[in-house]
Parts: sequence; C-alpha cells; structure tokens
Amino acid sequence: MTLVKVKLALEKIAPGDQLEVLLREGEPLENVPRAATEQGYKLLEQTAVGSGVHRIVLAR
Amino acid sequence: MKKLSLICFSGDFDKMVAAFTLATGAAAVNYEVNVFFTFWGLNIIKQARSRRMIGRGAMARAFNYLSGGFSNLPMSRLNMLGASPKIMTGLMKKRNVATLDELAQAAIALRVNLFACEMSMNILGMDVRDFVPQIKEVVGVAKFLEIAEGGQTLFI
Repeated sequence: MTLVKVKLALEKIAPGDQLEVLLREGEPLENVPRAATEQGYKLLEQTAVGSGVHRIVLAR
Repeated sequence: MKKLSLICFSGDFDKMVAAFTLATGAAAVNYEVNVFFTFWGLNIIKQARSRRMIGRGAMARAFNYLSGGFSNLPMSRLNMLGASPKIMTGLMKKRNVATLDELAQAAIALRVNLFACEMSMNILGMDVRDFVPQIKEVVGVAKFLEIAEGGQTLFI
C-alpha cells in the first residue's frame, strides 16, 4: 500500500514539485524508488534517518 | 502495457481485500487493471452498502436483502456471525494496513476499470442504477474475455 499511496500523491503534485516520503527498510524501500523512477519520476535524494526509516525525495 | 484482470466471484471480505490489494498494487505500477464483479461479487459494488430490498421480484429482493452490500461482506472462514470483518478491520487500522474501504477508494483513484456481470445482474433482478457510479460498464463473458485478452486473469 506504500507504493499505492506514493503513486496517488505523485499524481497530485505539479510538474517540478517535490514529494518527500518516509519509508521503512525492506520491501517499501526496495520497491518505491525503483517503481517511481521506472514511471519517469526523479529520485532526488535518499537518506537514512534512523530506526530503519529512510527519507526519499521524488520529483515529477 | 501490462494487464491484470480479476474476476471477483466470492464476495468474501478477506478475498476482496486480496483482490483490491492486487488491483491497486498493479495499477500503481501502471498495469491496466480490470475487475469483473460477478455473483456474490456484485455485493461489493451495490450502491446500498447495507442490507436493502433491491431488485425486481420478491425472491430477488429477499436474496439481495440477505446478501447485503459492502458494509456486511462475510469472512470466508470464522465469520463469527459477522464479527470477524469488524475485528479484522480494527486489526488493520491498528497495524497501519489499508482497510478494504481504503483499498477500494485507492482502486477508484488509480482508475482501475470496474465491470458488473450482466448475467448475475439479471438473475438478481437489478439494473446498472443499483451499482456505484464508478462501474465502467455492465458486460457479459464474451466482452470480458475480450477486455482481459493478452493479460493475466485471476479468479477470486
């Protein structure tokens, strides 16, 4: 469902805008950045923020 | 474009969670997704979410009343007189997992194509106005097979 929520959020932002997403390690972190870039979104940033959580920034 | 088509026959709460999880996951990665609601599956797409006497004829109206709608889908096992779906929904919320309602809303937002089965609709004395407006079309088997051609089809 993380991927679904990210996809819906990405569809709402305007071209050039950015979306910040906090993801857990494991399947969400493996799937969301890959799926987003495959669909033409840009992965601007990916950093670990602690406790198994990662922050990614996507742009349309 | 990759394609996934789901035939939702069972109308069970847990099986519909699985169906909508598959549908939304596939739609999120740009699959064309088609869901064909047939027989008990029609209960998911009725406008009336709870038990209502809809349909033409006394038997059809009784059947539709007993079958109910989205708000009273039974679990396929351990239904416990209808308590299980409520317990399961509570667990899903507690564990931050999408509920069936949220999955269904996401499917609509992701433009999953929803179809109603013409034959089941006729048996149960309903018409398209008894279904939610998001239903793309009422179709029969031949049309659905045409829609599903070239992709994966799952029966749930």
